[in-house]
Amino acid sequence: MYSDNKEILVLGLGNILMQDEGVGVRAVEALECRYILPETVTLMDGGTTGTELLEPMRNVKQLLVADAINTGDPNGTLVRIADEQVPAFFQTKLSNHQLGLSDLLALLMLTDEQPDHVTIVGLVPHSLENQLGLTPEAEQGVEDMVEQLLVELKRLGVEPIKREKPLLGHWQHQADLEQMKCA
Amino acid sequence: MATRITVDPITRIEGHLRIDVEVDEGRVTKAWSSGQMWRGIEKILVGRDPLEAWTYTQRFCGVCTTVHAITSVRAVENALGMEVPVNAQLIRNIIQTAHAIQDHIVHFYHLSAVDWVDVVSALKADPRKAAQLAESLSDWSLNGVHEMTAVQNRLKKFVESGQLGPFATGFWGHPEMKLPPEVNLMAVAHYLQALEVQNYCNKIVAILGGKSPHIQNVAVGGVSNSIGHDAPSVLNMERLMFVKGFIDKLEKFIHSVYMVDVPAVGAFYLDWTKVGGGVTNYLSVPDCPQDSKGTIFDLPGGYIKGGDLSTFKPIKTHGDKYFQDGVAESSKHAWYHGDNTLHPWDGETEPNYNDFNDDGQYSWIKAPTFYGERAEVGPLANVLVSVAAGHEPAKKHLNTAINTLKTVGKLKEVPLEALNSTIGRHAARAVRCAVMMDTLKDQWHALVNNIGTGDLDTFNAPVFPKGEVRGFGFHEAPRGALSHWVVIEKKKIKNYQAVVPSTWNAGPRAENGDPGPYEMSLLNNPVADPEKPLEVLRTVHSFDPCIACAIHMVDTEQKEIVKVKAL
Repeated sequence: MYSDNKEILVLGLGNILMQDEGVGVRAVEALECRYILPETVTLMDGGTTGTELLEPMRNVKQLLVADAINTGDPNGTLVRIADEQVPAFFQTKLSNHQLGLSDLLALLMLTDEQPDHVTIVGLVPHSLENQLGLTPEAEQGVEDMVEQLLVELKRLGVEPIKREKPLLGHWQHQADLEQMKCA
Repeated sequence: MATRITVDPITRIEGHLRIDVEVDEGRVTKAWSSGQMWRGIEKILVGRDPLEAWTYTQRFCGVCTTVHAITSVRAVENALGMEVPVNAQLIRNIIQTAHAIQDHIVHFYHLSAVDWVDVVSALKADPRKAAQLAESLSDWSLNGVHEMTAVQNRLKKFVESGQLGPFATGFWGHPEMKLPPEVNLMAVAHYLQALEVQNYCNKIVAILGGKSPHIQNVAVGGVSNSIGHDAPSVLNMERLMFVKGFIDKLEKFIHSVYMVDVPAVGAFYLDWTKVGGGVTNYLSVPDCPQDSKGTIFDLPGGYIKGGDLSTFKPIKTHGDKYFQDGVAESSKHAWYHGDNTLHPWDGETEPNYNDFNDDGQYSWIKAPTFYGERAEVGPLANVLVSVAAGHEPAKKHLNTAINTLKTVGKLKEVPLEALNSTIGRHAARAVRCAVMMDTLKDQWHALVNNIGTGDLDTFNAPVFPKGEVRGFGFHEAPRGALSHWVVIEKKKIKNYQAVVPSTWNAGPRAENGDPGPYEMSLLNNPVADPEKPLEVLRTVHSFDPCIACAIHMVDTEQKEIVKVKAL
């Protein structure tokens, strides 16, 4: 279905220095460490950046965003928001990064380069302290987010291949070190 | 009767800033600048490997990632007494300069122009007249009637869609919007073109930095790029020519669009060259080191008191003693324990929140001082310091901007003092951007020439001395002088403090009660309508506030709220 390069962008957003704020970045990292994906898919750690994401987002067919969001649902709830729900979602201002993301999408609309489809996979955070590494609950939440991202990718006709031996991600490694430091 | 206006938060910035002003007879008589979220992010660094500190510091902020990465390695290199290979200095210089140009373009066109440009009014413009005007000001190829018509049609479609997006927070139709529809249309056209142009900067950063966003090539002791003549995976002539291509495309936009638009728009707002001046003490640090020791710089730095260029004192080297000894932070009016004024190496961050007290504590941001005085940092400080230091490119581009202002505004004279103002800050940022454009080209040529001599070194391995060592690194970032301060013991970080540009500018009153630059700049600003305090936003936005790294944002409420109270 998606045959050309770079038609699907999977974007992890969030600040890894603020505990569960970083779940989106960690979910995309975990996806990359565990699966081999075809050339049609780009995985990106967007952090909390704004205009730097304009170029990679231009004209993509499918934008999948993983982020920490606050919907008022209980902590740890996995949320999926797609296409026509997205503008309404932005109007109620639920995510810390949506000002950036919604502005970027609006700017791309202005230049007629907006993604064809946008899907947001979000997790309601447990704690947003200035701390590296996730709460144990959000560590589980990352697993749910990875599963959901796999569902989305399969829906788009992508067949991720599981790595025999998963790689160790940078932020996963740093979070492990932090635990050792605190222990 | 006086009126109290609270704007919380100030939007179109990164972070969480609250501004309070008292207005009497249409003028601001008192002002408070307050950071609204606690910041203790440096504590994450304590106990960590100093060689990795930059990977965390570049996550302080979503705007200035590279800036905090480079300043962090400079601080650790200073503590370890290291030299850095010339190639590494130059590669870092190219990255930071490209980033600065991107940041300035985005600040003017995408974050602050809408304080002056009425986007909706552009729909009423005659595209032919807009093209005539634009073509009379500059030789930019995308100023023609075809382009103006296309932009107007696109804008129409966008406004009719009902989703104003980035334009939603503008004060459309405010009586203080003075531009004719044609100038507004020209500005909107350049807004859209600037979106494309700023990408060129990101590409330069990504090619040299290895990854975007978040560069990967920085290391304590140099950079991790290896330079070679043939292998495709290393930095070679083909990659450098790719970078050069983007540099050339940027240059035309800076000179023919940005440097024209700012004085042209400013000519319609001449009143704003008389208000918005800040504390008028200006601090700027030298940058773009050319030698391995960090003693020769392409861009000068120093300190000026009271706006008087003759008081200029230079800051000369990485590790400069005059800078090192001058910096302190007061927490008397900030929500921390103790009201000491401490040097950053001894800085403490123990929160003690209480209410917003006009005469007591009212901010999470501390108040930095330079030898006991408040100082403004940023492009305005940088341009004035550069002129005082006799920096020719700064003098040349400042003259160009002033001449355009004279022509469009039909003025005989524009005194240098006019720069100490709200519009002056925008003009200085455009001038700074033009200087950075020259610098970017110079750094590229210097790198190619240095590689040509056979020097391929990019890295010196760090060695940790015994005992405790202290260091600091500085960088003239897009928002001004940034410094990181580190104390290292047994290969671990013992203390880390970042004194960021927006701390200098947005800080509350200092120990002796002196207001900070935002607070001073707001005094005497006009406010026509307290319910729509556009004028307050104009002056605060002129600093390019970005307090994500000054403080931290967790609030999910993004709607700007203006509260008005009769006193």
